[in-house]
Amino acid sequence: MTATTTEAATTAPALPRKTLGLAMIGLAVAMTLLHYVGLLPAWLHRLPEAIIPPFATWLDAIFNFVKDDLGLLALTRLLTDGLEVVLDATANLLFGKRRWPNIGPIPWSAIAAMAAVVGYYLGGWRMALLAGGTFVWTAMIGQWDIAMQTMSVLVVAAPLAFVIGLVLGITAWKSPSFDAVLRPVLAVLQTLPFFTYLLPAVIFFKVGPTAGAVATTVYAIPPMILMTTLGLQKVSPEVVEAGKMSGCTRWQMLRHVYIPAARTEILVGVNQVIMLCLAMVVLTAFIGMPGLGAKLLAMMGSFKIGRSFEIGVTIVLLAVTLDRMSKAWVVKLPEHFERGTPFWIRHKFLLMAIGAFVGFTLIAQFVPILSEVGRKQSWSQGKEIDTLIKNFLAIDLVQSITNSIRYVLNIWVLNPLRDFMLSIPTVAFVLLVSAAALLVAGRREAVLAAVFFGLVALTGWWDRSVITLYSVLAAVSIALLLGVPIGIVAARKEKTANAVLLACDTAQTFPSFIYLIPAIMLFGITATSVVMSILIFSMVPLVRYTIEGLRNVPDEMTEAADMSGATRMQKLWNVQLPLALPTMAVGFNQAIMFAFFMVIIAAFIGTQDLGQELQRTLAGTDLGKNFVLGICVTLMALTFDMVIMKWADDKKARLGLN
Amino acid sequence: MGSPVISARNVWKIFGKDPVGYLKTLQPGRSFEDIRADGYIAGVRDVSLDVARGEMLVIMGLSGSGKSTLVRCFSRLHEITGGSIEVDGQIIGDLSEKDLIELRRNKMGMVFQSFGLLPHRTVLDNVAFPLEMRGQDRHTRRKRALEVIELVGLAGREDYFPRELSGGQQQRVGIARSLAIEPDIWFLDEPFSALDPLIRREMQDEFLRLQAMLGKTIVFITHDFDEALRLADRIAIMKDGAVEQCDTPDQIVMNPTTDYVAKFTEEIDKARVVHAGVLARAGVAGEGQPVEAGATVQQLARLLVNDSRDLIPVADKGQVIGALDRQGALDILLKAS
Repeated sequence: MTATTTEAATTAPALPRKTLGLAMIGLAVAMTLLHYVGLLPAWLHRLPEAIIPPFATWLDAIFNFVKDDLGLLALTRLLTDGLEVVLDATANLLFGKRRWPNIGPIPWSAIAAMAAVVGYYLGGWRMALLAGGTFVWTAMIGQWDIAMQTMSVLVVAAPLAFVIGLVLGITAWKSPSFDAVLRPVLAVLQTLPFFTYLLPAVIFFKVGPTAGAVATTVYAIPPMILMTTLGLQKVSPEVVEAGKMSGCTRWQMLRHVYIPAARTEILVGVNQVIMLCLAMVVLTAFIGMPGLGAKLLAMMGSFKIGRSFEIGVTIVLLAVTLDRMSKAWVVKLPEHFERGTPFWIRHKFLLMAIGAFVGFTLIAQFVPILSEVGRKQSWSQGKEIDTLIKNFLAIDLVQSITNSIRYVLNIWVLNPLRDFMLSIPTVAFVLLVSAAALLVAGRREAVLAAVFFGLVALTGWWDRSVITLYSVLAAVSIALLLGVPIGIVAARKEKTANAVLLACDTAQTFPSFIYLIPAIMLFGITATSVVMSILIFSMVPLVRYTIEGLRNVPDEMTEAADMSGATRMQKLWNVQLPLALPTMAVGFNQAIMFAFFMVIIAAFIGTQDLGQELQRTLAGTDLGKNFVLGICVTLMALTFDMVIMKWADDKKARLGLN
Repeated sequence: MGSPVISARNVWKIFGKDPVGYLKTLQPGRSFEDIRADGYIAGVRDVSLDVARGEMLVIMGLSGSGKSTLVRCFSRLHEITGGSIEVDGQIIGDLSEKDLIELRRNKMGMVFQSFGLLPHRTVLDNVAFPLEMRGQDRHTRRKRALEVIELVGLAGREDYFPRELSGGQQQRVGIARSLAIEPDIWFLDEPFSALDPLIRREMQDEFLRLQAMLGKTIVFITHDFDEALRLADRIAIMKDGAVEQCDTPDQIVMNPTTDYVAKFTEEIDKARVVHAGVLARAGVAGEGQPVEAGATVQQLARLLVNDSRDLIPVADKGQVIGALDRQGALDILLKAS
């Protein structure tokens, strides 16, 4: 009864919204048709160059003022020096760069052994095997040095991001006004394409590991801030009052009550920081940061699929290990020892780790292979895999399948869609987006959508923006067609659902760069690969949230449907899907965000969109242009994010789900 | 009884946009609903109360009646909107942050409904927490914490973490923590409400045992009228933020002043609550063997039925203080009003 009345209450004022939205669509369609018959004035089709403001020049002026006149560059160069010392130290320890403290490199076997002990402490034998195995694999496949180049930045960037994120998170939680300023900034930062992180890092922090570390740190901070704030807000009021009644000062409250009580969320933040750092540190290859990413980029560029594949496996193993270990840390709770437990039992893991480390370091002095795996000794099978894959791709059946997929996609789907989207007049396009926002979300969202897309038009990068958007929409649509049915089928049985969810969880931890490998493997360096890599990448959240949504439908509702005599299909369409829709929308939103991220990376394959231009700016010092391009991507992504999330929230509220 | 330990005068606590400004313009006599219509919630409405030293005051009310808010005003976990509260002669609203912390560190203990234990600390470290906060050294606080843990019957569980304990045991930790600093004033906010009925009864007995030993000044909150009757020296019944009646259990049962209070007492077996001492009329002398003033009517049931005297003398500590009307007492026993 209450449900119907609230429904009526919300639909009543929504009626003019609907008419207005349809009118806007009608107007846009009319303009497009006019353009087709050649009656639309040119200035309505594309904004004339004359009225496009030189945003890039303005931004450059501002940057130069901040950089030189305000002395920001001097400050960052100072920071660079400090950071360089730390990075050199980790580089020395991990792969023997000739810098202070000149004691490295640590033998790989010692690191692998210690990782295994930490794994054992966090998650038993299986985790020990995973952690130890990852490092053994890395060494034996002959990638130890490049992997350690990557790790040497990671071990600096992740703690830095953690500390900065924690401090900012605490500040945001303490001060609502700071929080109000921070939130929109975080929203922008989280949708900003990674190229836009890279160029300023290079300009302000010197090419190489320092810039890589800075870009990585900045990139990983936002989720840490959000998780910290969330965790602190969630601390139970009674625990807080208990702290106050115990006579805590403000500092004691924070140190002894709030932060320990928010432990879980803070550690989830740590997990996210580590995973984002890994994803980004691989991508810093684009600004010349050596390591796994650079090697992968080079190998893919020269189509050495075998080596690319091996590096991919290393990155994936590292990602899975770091993810599983940090997640195991989240759920690891302290256990008590009985009174009188001796010292070596209380601290057995610490002693084991020290023992393993010292032991292997000593043994490695006499057994060289435990200290360094030489070029000839490695197990790399790059060439053999290359031949294998080339032979596989040369099989007629395989070739005809990939070729026909490429043909159908390009000729029937992708090119027509792109041409159609480009043919819509700019003003009509903005109208359409705004109308869609109005119909799906609401007035506020419609206005913002119009403003955001209007700004994109004003930057003068309209065509490239539309091409970017087209790649995203095309890939996500196909992903939707494939991912949702997979999710529905998988959700039917508890067992398959769990297996697929685990696969999705694991796939989500892979750095995005990895997704290019299978696409390039099958389709070479072509436009199809771009769509394919986005497709695979964005399918993961779609499948995942479809399953989650279906599984979280309350039992009593499916039971009620069963008892009403619904067939499986009736139950799916009338009960499960409608209730799962808000959750699925969240997955859809994430798929779009992932797609925007991936489409930029794919620039490296050769696209005509914003990513391509962005990648070009990296070669120079065009900070203004870099930002304008980045903001274009952000504005489009934010529009989707805002509209979809608003719809999902409204829907959830109307369905009375939490 | 001496001077009151806690003395509240016309205390208001209003939640909303500008509570202080709103209270200034508030017309007297506006009800809870009127205030809510203005966009404010009256947590506490014009409450004046005294708590005497060594007394157990039970604040009773349904959820949302403002009882938890009121006790948080006493400890200044909430800042009050109007009125004044004195604790040991100090107006606590005027205390600096430092003085307030000192007051809490030395004089106040509080027990919470869902325990409010710190999940990352062992039983011992939870109990020692207030001592640690006031800077006592490890050895002293460990010694004191072990004492209180022993007192609440948790000896041997010092190294457990809260999640390893049952609800009743967790609340024992909460009680031990609140007693660690040897507070003068002990606040208990529905301490047993989250527990199973059987455990609750056991904990109430335990609590009465502790109180008999320690003799603290107590403000105890509950929504359970039976619990209130069982424990209280005096009961304050709250509704919509205001105190409806504040009196001894006997008086509340015998003479409810408002309809709301009367409704509560309707279902109560008065014979278990009313004491002979209350029924005794001074200046009237009965004859024969006196009954104890501390006995309830129910405890005297057999005597009341079998005896033939109209007036039975009542004695408090051997001193006859008056006599009770047997017929009246029988009416209470037989639930005839």
